[in-house]
Amino acid sequence: MFWKRMFGKKPAAEQTAPEQEPEQLQEQQQEEQHEQSVEEEQQKSSGFFKRLVSGLEKTKQQFVSKVEQITTGRKVDESLFEELEEVLIQADCGVTTAMFLVDQLRDRAREEKITAAEELRKVLMEEMVALLEKNAAPLKTPEESPYVIMVVGVNGAGKTTTIAKLAYRFKQENAKVLLAAGDTFRAGAIEQLGVWAQRLNVDLIAHQEGADPAAVAFDAVNAAKARGSDVLILDTAGRLQTKVNLMSELAKVHRVVQRELGRDLDEVLLVVDATTGQNALSQGKIFAEAVPLTGIALTKLDGTAKGGIVLALANELDLAVKLVGVGEQYEDLQDFDARSFAAALFGETQE
Amino acid sequence: MAFQNLSSRLQETMRKLRGKGRLSEKDVDQALREIRLALLEADVNYKVVRDFIGQVKERATGHEVLSSLTPGQQVIRIVNDELTKLMGGTQAKLTLSSRPPSVLMMVGLQGAGKTTTAGKLARMLKGQGHRPLLVACDIYRPAAIKQLQVLGEQLEIPVFSMGEQNPVDIAKAALSHAQKFNNDVVLIDTAGRLHVDEELMEELVQIKAAVNPSEILLVVDAMTGQDAVNVAESFNTRLELGGIILTKLDGDARGGAALSVKAVTGKPIKYIGVSEKMDGLEPFYPDRMASRILGMGDILTLIEKAASAVDQEKAEKMAAKLKEAEFTLEDFLDQIGQMKEMGPIDQLIGMIPGLSSAKHLKGLEVDDSHLKKIEAIINSMTPEERRKPEIIGGSRRKRIAQGSGTKVQDVNRLLKQFSQTRQMLKQFSGASKGRRRKGMFSLFQ
Ligand SMILES: Nc1nc2c(ncn2[C@@H]2O[C@H](COP(=O)(O)OP(=O)(O)OP(=O)(O)O)[C@@H](O)[C@H]2O)c(=O)[nH]1
Ligand SMILES: [Mg+2]
Repeated sequence: MFWKRMFGKKPAAEQTAPEQEPEQLQEQQQEEQHEQSVEEEQQKSSGFFKRLVSGLEKTKQQFVSKVEQITTGRKVDESLFEELEEVLIQADCGVTTAMFLVDQLRDRAREEKITAAEELRKVLMEEMVALLEKNAAPLKTPEESPYVIMVVGVNGAGKTTTIAKLAYRFKQENAKVLLAAGDTFRAGAIEQLGVWAQRLNVDLIAHQEGADPAAVAFDAVNAAKARGSDVLILDTAGRLQTKVNLMSELAKVHRVVQRELGRDLDEVLLVVDATTGQNALSQGKIFAEAVPLTGIALTKLDGTAKGGIVLALANELDLAVKLVGVGEQYEDLQDFDARSFAAALFGETQE
Repeated sequence: MAFQNLSSRLQETMRKLRGKGRLSEKDVDQALREIRLALLEADVNYKVVRDFIGQVKERATGHEVLSSLTPGQQVIRIVNDELTKLMGGTQAKLTLSSRPPSVLMMVGLQGAGKTTTAGKLARMLKGQGHRPLLVACDIYRPAAIKQLQVLGEQLEIPVFSMGEQNPVDIAKAALSHAQKFNNDVVLIDTAGRLHVDEELMEELVQIKAAVNPSEILLVVDAMTGQDAVNVAESFNTRLELGGIILTKLDGDARGGAALSVKAVTGKPIKYIGVSEKMDGLEPFYPDRMASRILGMGDILTLIEKAASAVDQEKAEKMAAKLKEAEFTLEDFLDQIGQMKEMGPIDQLIGMIPGLSSAKHLKGLEVDDSHLKKIEAIINSMTPEERRKPEIIGGSRRKRIAQGSGTKVQDVNRLLKQFSQTRQMLKQFSGASKGRRRKGMFSLFQ
């Protein structure tokens, strides 16, 4: 029932259509604000709609201005290629991937005898989208309960918040969600997830600060089975990928989940902050060595960072983005859309 | 992968150039292209790179350089000099008010590390004889207040909080609290926010107006990419920063953001965060950051760290041995003794030029809890066995295990790890043989 609804229909991001905004806004103004449950908090989501709408407007504007600036009324020549490469590098695509994309452009311009810069723009978009969609897949369709997601990443990337967002999304589909506070290291981390669990009115498995995260994982899987949870989402402590001990700890937690589950996890998501530069490549590579990543959740796209590093992640590591975070509230999660992402990448950069 | 290290690439370029004796302008351009690439891969902002390369070129194509006998070395020296200069001449201190309490305000993007850094600064100040007060002004992120409270408890430093009230009011009340309780430094932890979030930026402006901080510190994640300039510029324009703290430098981020933020704000980078733990705050040294960004290792830090733990001679020998892949189990044992003072060996490796890119040297990393075991095992070996682990066969292993109260598997594991490590070091130094004699060291001398 829940699965059909969740995955048989269009993505959650589309379901919350911006057209609803005026109504919701009014309701919010009329009501006193309560904090406690999802049902009530839905009324408070005007911020999200505002952000979404203005975000889209921003994207559109930026797309027009930057790309037009570069391509309008120009012939295709070497300096154009260089400028496009520059735009890509400034969006954090990295030199290697920027050069890769521009080389492809050069080839296609030659083969297809493209002389107008405007046309080239379309070609670049196509190439970027192709790259981003190379290994793209939506969140895996659940086959068996509990549907298990493990969330990993460096410190402060947005793991815990992304978990809250995912929990909200599943909860919207009437799934029974269980969260596991696997960050037993950072001060206040358990309480942080606890606050989200309470706000969203979902269950939480938590041990004491300093406890073994593998033990939390063990309990969580077994609790999910015993309680008949539809979805289990496991938080983990942020860790820099160069810390070997912490990476093997992560691998161990994953192994425990897998063993207790008797099968593979459904998703292992690497959370990447959109403001991250080239280090995300190292993150992707080394995290993937520790645990079998199934995709990326790109957070903080509501800022001015373009998140172009995901092009490099797709190009060099075959890692695809599944979700994007666009704010700090639990509604602020969207499915990744390669086309609008690529468009936004060309947005204006501050001169 | 994009992480090929600059020293090896430049080495390549320079080897060609060195053979020529004299450089043409074109040669310099070629070297600068490599440097440009390295800077971009280190996440230095595109425009900052452009300006920087322009500057260097001007100096590098001067008559003095081109006609010098060692032009390649000159070019690198100029790059390193300019980079160091750009990042600030000397290491800065915190600005404290002459009339306490001094207020320090931590600001920055979400997830940059403000709360942790506030704790570290408070700890440092306490160590210097101050009486800091931590103030919880992040009323937005769930359990942010709790996080600061836990840190305060650990550090035995008071934390002022007023729940989720207006942060401006909290800051004001904290200040009078500090006056009353004789706290001479007030550290305000603010919520992470986007620099384009008008409402929340205004909140910071109001806090500033209310408590007149002696210094506003922007906390920047060392992994930040091209957007660092926009962030730093916005915060600086709105708040007039006093300085910058760069966090998460214990990872493998090259930290080009350091250069970017410095270039756009002109404000000094005062400290760097190098651990999740509360003692992981270090002063910022521009020269070291320059060579890190260039991917040339941080030999200075290595030597200094070593010097504070052991005598310098020993440390230099160790660094040389690591490079030459000649170190033995005896050295390993020695190393373990010093490790706690010097920091984890994987960090040390990152500081050795040429080895910083060899991420696969993981075998060297030793878990604290295993240190004792390893120590015991090596202690149960004869001196000859320590120098030549190859000779340790089955019966010797059994003896060593018994002597050290460990299992044969433990001995096996240690030996295997050790030989793998040595193998990797060998491969690595083998691959870089040509440049070992005239490595980056000599280029800088
Ligand atoms: N603007 C914005 N902020 C976000 C987004 N996702 C997370 N954040 C914020 O980033 C900060 C860190 O988020 P967390 O979810 O605590 O990150 P984490 O990876 O769990 O952090 P650690 O557990 O400390 O490693 C919080 O202030 C979040 O509100 C996003 O999509 N946009
Ligand atoms: Mg977390």
